Amino acid sequence: MLLTITTTHRPATDLGYLLVKHPDRLQSFEVSGGTAHVFYPEATADRCTAALLLEADPGAARTSKQPDTFTLRQHVNDRPYAASSLLAAALGRVLRTALRGDSRDRPALAAGPIPLELRIPALRCKGDAAAFFGPLGWTVEATPIPLDAAHPEWGASRYVDLTLRGTLRLADALNHVYVLLPVLDDAKHYWVSSDEVEKLLRAGTGWLAEHPEKAVIARRYLAHRTSLTNEALSRLSEAVDTDSVIEPAPRPESLAALRRTAVVRQLAEAGAGRVLDLGCGPGALLAELMRDRRFTEIVGADVSTVALDMAARRLRLDRLPERQQARIRLLQTALTYRDDRLRGFDAAVLMEVIEHVDPPRLPAVAASVFGHAAPATVVVTTPNVEYNVRYPGLHEHGRLRHHDHRFEWDRAQFGAWCDEVAARYGYTVTRHGIGEEDPEVGTSTQMAVFKK
Amino acid sequence: MTTVTIPDLCLVALVGISGSGKSTFARRQFAPTQVLSSDAFRALVADDENDQSASAEAFDALHYIAGKRLRAGRLTVVDATNVQAHARKALVDLARAHDVLPVAIVLDVPESECWARTELRPDRDFGRPVLSRQHRDLRRSLRSLGREGFRQVHVLRDVAEVSSAVVAYQKLYNDKKDLTGPFDVIGDVHGCREELELLLDRLGYLLSRDAAGRPVDAHHPDGRTAVFVGDLVDRGPDSPGVLRLVMGMVAAGHALCVSGNHEAKLLRKLRGGTVRVAHGLQETLDQLDAADPSLVEAVPAFLDGLISHYVLDGGRLVVAHAGLKEAYHGRASGRVRSFALYGDTTGETDEFGLPVRYPWAEEYKGAATVVYGHTPTPTAEWVNNTICVDTGCVFGGSLTALRYPSRELVSVPAIRAHYEPVRPLVVATPQERGLDLADVIGRRSLVTPAGRVTVAAENAAAALEVMSRFAVDPRWLVWLPPTMAPASTSKVEGYLEHPVEALADYAAAGVPRVVCEEKHMGSRAVLVVCRSAAAGLRRFGLEAAGVIYTRTGRPFFADLSLETSILDRVRAAADAAGLWDELGTDWLLLDAELLPWSAKAEPLIREQYASVAAAAGAALPAAHSVLSAALQRGIDVASLAARFAGRVSSIEAFTDVYRRYCWPTDGLDGLRLAPFHVLAADGASYLRQDHEWHLALVDRLVTADPSLFATTRRLVVDPASPSDVASAVRWWLELTGAGGEGMVLKPAVDAGPRVQPALKCRGRDYLRIIYGPDYLSRLDQLRGRGLQRKRNLALREHGLGLAALDLLAASGSGRAVHQLVFALLACESEPVDPRL
Repeated sequence: MLLTITTTHRPATDLGYLLVKHPDRLQSFEVSGGTAHVFYPEATADRCTAALLLEADPGAARTSKQPDTFTLRQHVNDRPYAASSLLAAALGRVLRTALRGDSRDRPALAAGPIPLELRIPALRCKGDAAAFFGPLGWTVEATPIPLDAAHPEWGASRYVDLTLRGTLRLADALNHVYVLLPVLDDAKHYWVSSDEVEKLLRAGTGWLAEHPEKAVIARRYLAHRTSLTNEALSRLSEAVDTDSVIEPAPRPESLAALRRTAVVRQLAEAGAGRVLDLGCGPGALLAELMRDRRFTEIVGADVSTVALDMAARRLRLDRLPERQQARIRLLQTALTYRDDRLRGFDAAVLMEVIEHVDPPRLPAVAASVFGHAAPATVVVTTPNVEYNVRYPGLHEHGRLRHHDHRFEWDRAQFGAWCDEVAARYGYTVTRHGIGEEDPEVGTSTQMAVFKK
Repeated sequence: MTTVTIPDLCLVALVGISGSGKSTFARRQFAPTQVLSSDAFRALVADDENDQSASAEAFDALHYIAGKRLRAGRLTVVDATNVQAHARKALVDLARAHDVLPVAIVLDVPESECWARTELRPDRDFGRPVLSRQHRDLRRSLRSLGREGFRQVHVLRDVAEVSSAVVAYQKLYNDKKDLTGPFDVIGDVHGCREELELLLDRLGYLLSRDAAGRPVDAHHPDGRTAVFVGDLVDRGPDSPGVLRLVMGMVAAGHALCVSGNHEAKLLRKLRGGTVRVAHGLQETLDQLDAADPSLVEAVPAFLDGLISHYVLDGGRLVVAHAGLKEAYHGRASGRVRSFALYGDTTGETDEFGLPVRYPWAEEYKGAATVVYGHTPTPTAEWVNNTICVDTGCVFGGSLTALRYPSRELVSVPAIRAHYEPVRPLVVATPQERGLDLADVIGRRSLVTPAGRVTVAAENAAAALEVMSRFAVDPRWLVWLPPTMAPASTSKVEGYLEHPVEALADYAAAGVPRVVCEEKHMGSRAVLVVCRSAAAGLRRFGLEAAGVIYTRTGRPFFADLSLETSILDRVRAAADAAGLWDELGTDWLLLDAELLPWSAKAEPLIREQYASVAAAAGAALPAAHSVLSAALQRGIDVASLAARFAGRVSSIEAFTDVYRRYCWPTDGLDGLRLAPFHVLAADGASYLRQDHEWHLALVDRLVTADPSLFATTRRLVVDPASPSDVASAVRWWLELTGAGGEGMVLKPAVDAGPRVQPALKCRGRDYLRIIYGPDYLSRLDQLRGRGLQRKRNLALREHGLGLAALDLLAASGSGRAVHQLVFALLACESEPVDPRL
């Protein structure tokens, strides 16, 4: 990881005073994640360049933020090469005085703008670097690095070779880099706590409050922690005294909420007391069912133990009074298997579940739900793909609503499936819409209610 | 001396008042673990064996443990007074629930003697009235014990008899485990005497005839034993003739015969019972009227002596007329007999008025092979290690025998249709019964050729998600590739892995011949290739001509048409190579690598490897160039510059490595398939076959379609021969020098459960994409890697795979195969260093 800082201020070697690093010596520092070296590849009166080179400790940085889809990622990753929060941390530690704008030897120089050129030859850059550095007075040159010269069809990598040119106070320049490196990288290498808000506000003094991208900067710098981001943004707006605090506008009832209401209504109409929420996920419907005393026995079932843990937390299962606790159970199941524990209930809900099942496995799901568990009432909801045309961005790209959706059905397809399942397992079925009815494409969600 | 003879599996209720010597008797006659004493259970639940207030809880626990023992088929003795009917009823119910015989042993010792003993025991604080009440209860009990359901009641009358009595055991009638065959299990004969003669002749039996030329016995010169599944009589033209022959064979010890429902009904009729004369009974009665009286006289005794099922060959073979579920094997109860005679019925009748049968065989998971008849089908088909050999001879089908243990089917066609069936004979296609969650979740322990393998509950939970959300239909998923351990870490300078260590590992294990195979770098692909969709339906219950799945059971291709076209090409190559006929199969299971790596893994390569190379390729030269400039200025960065120069060349080597495994493909164009195992075919698992055999078959596929199939180059060496080792090393250096991943070393033939079935030995440059571009600079640190966990895992997974394929070859239950494959997938959730 490399950052070079060049000035053509004369005498350029004064850069050594500002950085408090002698131009003729190699200086090395143990920092978090490796060793930071500072040296000068060029040091003349006309032009002086300081290099901050972070020699990463292999394996020190684990990108735990990313989903662990490939565990070897821990061992083979870009952290030793691409500029990231590690380099920013090294900068903060090794060039602390310069970041503060202090200089014992050249205070006037430190206080005023000088011509500067900063280069980061490999920066992982999410978004447009110019949008972040441009408003701060930099001329930005971000050259995309090809993913593989031997495979031009693969296009550009996520890295750029970044050069910033401008006449700025050195301390400001360094603070810009200090804040924006992790922001552009957007993969902080450490757990972010509330003192990070202080660090952000301190480093952002004088420029962040008015930055057009401050919301993105705060969010990414604070590793997407909403509470911290809101705190930072509200304190930033105090600083400029505007009312740009992000306040969520009162939104119309979400489709998910409409869906839950519609499902609960169906269960109540069916007079069901003992109900199954199959594919309960993190338990949004379960919470609603718990609030309704008509439901005397509630079972949330999901194949994902992670989802079940989330549901248990949401429902505060371990802290419920015994009588409440007795009403609800969570269990891991898979709908492609028969599960005796699911038998003997009044009703089962498959809310936004079937579209997560590969079509060839649907008969097994139907067999276990309608054939084996066989409750008197089954409520199924699934997206209506016809309605996707009303969602900008979805339709044009022919995309489904969720990356894990194995299919999305139109009304006819869903109807055909419902009829076949009902006939095979001896149910009658009625179909309903959920959400605003569009005369052409129907509602966003379709629901079927099966009764024995 | 009195001998009390009881069945070797039963529930014994000791009956006797306090002080009658039950515990002493139990201690002398039974093993301590066989005796469940109410006193001991009171002590367990209440710390006091005399605390009568704890009795209810104590008996609850006692019954629970007794149930566990009986379920496992263990003789159990309940040492409690049992003088009250309700206490005994609980035990009779318990015995019936586990289909074992309840037996009572009464210790009828005079009350005065018991009181004398009680007074000697300081811990007994109850008075004489209690004892007297018990004694009154006992007297009353003695009159009713037989009616309460006890199959045997033994009464020991006084102190002397109690102390001298000896318990002896008698095997259950159905226990013929000591008979090991070989057997010929013959289907429903139904009076088809001529066909039976033909079949016995075909099987190699020699018939003996009486003066009238009627067959009265048959024996096999090789000492084989015939086993009749019952329904000898009714419907057909000569039920007396069949009885004469079979009775002769049974009497001579040349045959065994279980009772069929028709025998049971005939017996009731012959004994004067009222039965509805239907389903061909009339024919038998008419024929018996005309038969010689000596035969007719002998028939009832023969029928009465027929047992409803036999457990043979050490428990590996069970024969019952209508089949038998596992829990009933070797058990004795009314419902066991009824299941064996009539099958599991749902209580409904079909449109022909016949009882609807519950398909117990589809749920069967037992280890024993079950052979039965009762339900005529056009052909005998294996279902989960069970087979129905009633091929409807009397209806014009054929008479079939199963040779055991060779599992060969021998049949003779009916001479004519002797009787019109009520309902047409149809193939009982196994219905989609689905898999049971209880089979796979939770902590489980499975027996494999590599020993017992335990799967942790959390790993099963993780596997459930993969299996149910991402895997192909489990019916295809009969095997998954086990993980492979690397060879011992090399001590050769500059190498983390090297063939010298791999071969030394095998030499140390005494493996005489090792096959070194070129390791292809692509994506693992398991192929089920069926000769036709009908073959897929027959064997896997899925009407498709095969499937290709990944090492975690996911569909290999998102694009189904690509899968189909590869399967078509493989099928055509198997046609051309003549594999179908040679292996006697209509499906094959292949283990292969599909190349290039980029065909499946391009997103990963771009995201992971190319990205690292791009970042490093930009950062490292830039760093090196500023370092060079500083060096020129005389700054002391020489060693730093040297390190970065090294990194620059490392990343170039790294880039070269992954690039070698990427090339463009378009549909089938550019794809290469490199199989290295022909894992299984119909009725056969080849996992223990010599690897040279596997590769020779694969070579023929390559010859048949050289543009799709890639050869797996190999070298066979003796790991103990220095010159062989040298040539293996030379070849490995050559392979890896040219960009190869490395090689896999395998004992040519299975070397037993403790020896790794394969070791990988990866090339020096290849390891850059595993351990990082610069790993060679950290070799000393990496040499400390621990391999034991990975090796254990590899052995366990291999064992599970072997067990799954063995079971598949033996037509074992689909559910049992799934349990093994599921466990294999669950093992993959174990936290093991992914670099190994």
